[in-house]
Amino acid sequence: MPHDHDHPHSLLPPDPALRVKALETILTEKGLVDPATLDEIIDTYQNRIGPKNGAGVVARMWHDPAFRDAMLSDPMPMLRELDLYGRQGEHMVFVENTDAVHNVVVCTLCSCYPWPLLGIPPGWYKSDAYRARIVREPRAVLAEFGVDIPKGKKVRVWDSTAEMRYLVVPQRPEGTDGWGQDALAELVTRDSMIGTGLAMVPTP
Amino acid sequence: MSRVHDMGGRYGDGPVNPEDGAIYAEDWHARALALTLAAGALGQWNIDTSRHARETLPPKDYSRFTYYEKWMAALANLLVERDMITLDELQNGHARGQAPSDLVDRALRAEVVAGVLASGSAYDRLATPPDFAIGDRVRTRKRAHNATVPGGHTRLPSYAAGAVGEVVLRHGAFVLPDTNAHGQGEAPEPLYAVSFSACDLWGDEGSATDEVILDLWQSYLEPA
Repeated sequence: MPHDHDHPHSLLPPDPALRVKALETILTEKGLVDPATLDEIIDTYQNRIGPKNGAGVVARMWHDPAFRDAMLSDPMPMLRELDLYGRQGEHMVFVENTDAVHNVVVCTLCSCYPWPLLGIPPGWYKSDAYRARIVREPRAVLAEFGVDIPKGKKVRVWDSTAEMRYLVVPQRPEGTDGWGQDALAELVTRDSMIGTGLAMVPTP
Repeated sequence: MSRVHDMGGRYGDGPVNPEDGAIYAEDWHARALALTLAAGALGQWNIDTSRHARETLPPKDYSRFTYYEKWMAALANLLVERDMITLDELQNGHARGQAPSDLVDRALRAEVVAGVLASGSAYDRLATPPDFAIGDRVRTRKRAHNATVPGGHTRLPSYAAGAVGEVVLRHGAFVLPDTNAHGQGEAPEPLYAVSFSACDLWGDEGSATDEVILDLWQSYLEPA
């Protein structure tokens, strides 16, 4: 049941850094948390899991049509095989940008995000402004990211209201014919996989 | 009737700042995330309980807190609510003693972190076949509210309440947050991606070409 009248959190220190410290200290002293565990979690998402994972998958989808088709129909078997399964990425759906459709992802109710492929979300993704506005005025928000969508092109906003996690497959830039997968992956930015950016265009 | 987290479509938030791209703006943000995951691993609540704990922060606190401050406040409240720490301990910033040994035994150890994060936690379940087919027109609940718990958790945002859309994907059956958040069981239901025309949601402000797609459980929907 909701407990709208008890707010123990107000007993914590005013400085947010000290609030975290206080909770960590209490839980450590109680034997419920090991600071080494926290270090390990932080290291995982700072150094091992991030947008490079997603970029590799997108580049392979651009490069390998059979892989692309498999990822668009059901990505989970392949993601498991590639060790890209995990927390907050248990149920992935890949949505592809085309000449007719531009996709963009949000979670208006909290900040759901495909961790195994993109890591932890950036500040703006978690901001009230993004959560409030991208569903109502996606074109204006995209313009703030420097992305202008032509009038006739559909903008499709995916609000992650369940445990499905969406990853945008940006359009492959012109001038990349014959490129290898690793070189292609360098063009795939984090924002292009959320939909607030496009893949980078190679400099001639 | 609504809660402060349910902000989709709201006015007044100003521009989005794409420069705010760091995953942690402060060192303690990373610590807050890790502490939340480690505490969650003790198994005393589920992801829906945890979301609801953030949503039930007082609107004033929710709005003034930065993202990870919400997480810390919700964690403190859950720990007290589940009798895992006392108000006295919270106030003093120190424990008065060890937790019961069965709980201590569940503490997440550093050497298993990678494996636990990689094994995830699937939310799909075997359940009844879906009522709706792809292409069906459906109408969402008139109000975005939990049908059995007043003020309880739900994943239907207010902006999409009472709207008519079209089923575009059938995801299978998933744990229902509306019950799972409140200790009422998983009650799995078919989950659908439902597409709404921007004009149907936002009137003249929406572009006729654009759409918003939400994942919605069967009990949120009726035939339209």
